[in-house]
Amino acid sequence: MGERDPKTTEGSNTDLVGLYSQMRRVRTFEERVGELFVRGLSAGSMLHLSIGEESAAVGVCAAMKDGDTFTTHHRGHGIFLARGADPERMMAEIAGKQTGYCHGKGGSMHIADMGLGHLGANAIVGGGIPAVVGAALVAQQRKTGAVSVAFFGDGAMQQGILYESMNMAALWNLPAVFVCINNQYGMGTRIDQATRATALHERAIAFGLNGETVDGLDVIAVRDAAQRIVDAARGGTPGFLAIDCYRFFGHARKDKSPYRDADEEEEGRRKDPVAFARAALVEAGHDEAELDAIDAAAVAEMDATIDFADRSEEPPLSSMFRDVFAVGEPEPEPLADRIDRVLARD
Amino acid sequence: MAQMTYRDALKKALHDAMSEDEDVFVIGEEVGRYGGAYGVTKGLIDEFGPERLRDTPISEPAIVGTAVGAAMAGMRPVAELMYVDFIGMTMDQLCNQAAKIRYMFGGQIGVPMVLRTQGGTGRSAGAQHSQSLEAWVMHTPGLRLVMPGTVYDAYHLLRQALRQPDPVVFIEHKALYAMSEEVDLDVPPPDWGKAVVRRSGADLVIVTYSRQVHHALQAAEALAGQGVEATVIDLRTLNPLDFETIRQAVEPIGRVMVVSEGPLTAGVAAELSARITEECFDFLHDPVIRVAGEDVPISVSVALEAASVPSADLVAETARKMLA
Repeated sequence: MGERDPKTTEGSNTDLVGLYSQMRRVRTFEERVGELFVRGLSAGSMLHLSIGEESAAVGVCAAMKDGDTFTTHHRGHGIFLARGADPERMMAEIAGKQTGYCHGKGGSMHIADMGLGHLGANAIVGGGIPAVVGAALVAQQRKTGAVSVAFFGDGAMQQGILYESMNMAALWNLPAVFVCINNQYGMGTRIDQATRATALHERAIAFGLNGETVDGLDVIAVRDAAQRIVDAARGGTPGFLAIDCYRFFGHARKDKSPYRDADEEEEGRRKDPVAFARAALVEAGHDEAELDAIDAAAVAEMDATIDFADRSEEPPLSSMFRDVFAVGEPEPEPLADRIDRVLARD
Repeated sequence: MAQMTYRDALKKALHDAMSEDEDVFVIGEEVGRYGGAYGVTKGLIDEFGPERLRDTPISEPAIVGTAVGAAMAGMRPVAELMYVDFIGMTMDQLCNQAAKIRYMFGGQIGVPMVLRTQGGTGRSAGAQHSQSLEAWVMHTPGLRLVMPGTVYDAYHLLRQALRQPDPVVFIEHKALYAMSEEVDLDVPPPDWGKAVVRRSGADLVIVTYSRQVHHALQAAEALAGQGVEATVIDLRTLNPLDFETIRQAVEPIGRVMVVSEGPLTAGVAAELSARITEECFDFLHDPVIRVAGEDVPISVSVALEAASVPSADLVAETARKMLA
């Protein structure tokens, strides 16, 4: 896969400052995505923020290497950022602009970048999981040493495709990893309203994978667990990691979460991995000014993404008919052209 | 020239493609040790090994999804679905993933996979093993759709499908596997996406594909004895759809029957009828007549099964009514 972006978490494995910085970037980016929506600049009505889940994205990505591939669910901005995405091109894609990763055709839920190994975000719950089995199969056959990681939410734990995929990965000893970011809610349904089997990793173990659950409050713990699971997968034992966290806000931007009460939200938002990492850094002797500077850098970087998206062009209408099939294949005839042609027969 | 069955032509196509391109591999239920439910891959595992004839658990969605990922990662998988009836299990991976990935991702990458499967009636296999579901596929932008009706096409269309940059659904007909024809595979095939005129006649155009090509040709022979000459067009691929060949045949004749084994309503015949009516309106003497499957599930009863899809007799009888 393409050149490594200096913003990737790789190399910051042992560095809580680096992990904190990445988590702050993710959170600030998501806050700006919310702002994009509020200001009416977002093309998508479907914006799913990962605030509260930053340790999952940053911790797992810190255990991945260049050349590894991955798919994400619909709440995957943080993961892509942590794998080195350019936040300006991300924001432009979310706004449906030509300068975005997919030239405005994909948006938040279908963002992808082959150069960074991102095989695609997915708007179908569980839809991106089996592609990881295929990518891992190719990595195994070609002996590339890469792993492929599927990121999904707790909602996907009740989708059959996950079990078909984990079963195949185990059966064939594939370098595949399944990461469940358990933010406790599939839309408005809490995990214990969706299943009695809430010890999620036990399901993976039953299929012959390595399986762990880790508290997402501590990014170091997440990274360490991810490192164990990812390293074993690279060696041919696929694994599963559930990361417990809390979705701070609604399912999507318009969701005011009427299905959960204020006390629960307040309690849940105390499990803040960004604040926890910051407190740990202060405890370890870092001064507030240093951390404030990290925060300010994230703000400056992410503020610029809004401006970039705002001033970027819409994709040309002619691009509508492009990329249905490969370049060089005939494009579909526009409806109006066909109607005119048919009616012009006299 | 040599005698060859449809089944062996498909096997030879896989064999030759796998010999030429080490990125081609087959993945599906019973494709390796068993040799395929209809014997298409029988023996290939001996030459190419279990990694390239990859037997899977009974997990159709993950079979197709794995092929999607492997295609994105640079290989050229041939995923096999034992029956097209199982495609419902895989619709997310096929229609939401494979079909849309190039477009959603702004042209970054394609999904060069082939989904091989078989459908249709003729074996008294019942409502869940006998359907003709090509309309489901044809309705989805981003998927190619191939339905070979001859031994020669079974070979060459599969070879061509395995060179496409986009996902191809390749639907064989279960009643054709044992069909043997004289073929010279060294004759270069028509360009990808071209229909073939199987028979020329001045009174009527029959547009069809897959097994119904044979019913149409049998009907045409019967009609010829009664002084009616029919043109029979074998579409071969439904996406791409070669409308120019249809147009050139229809315009001078002005009478058209479209024949499809799939159910009538909103089916392939309906689409063809609409296209012909729009595009060739001034040349038509009569409405385009659809001869298709009845709008019923397929029964296991041999009599009901046969009566619920077009036959050569039905095609001939319909032609006589059109020309009366």
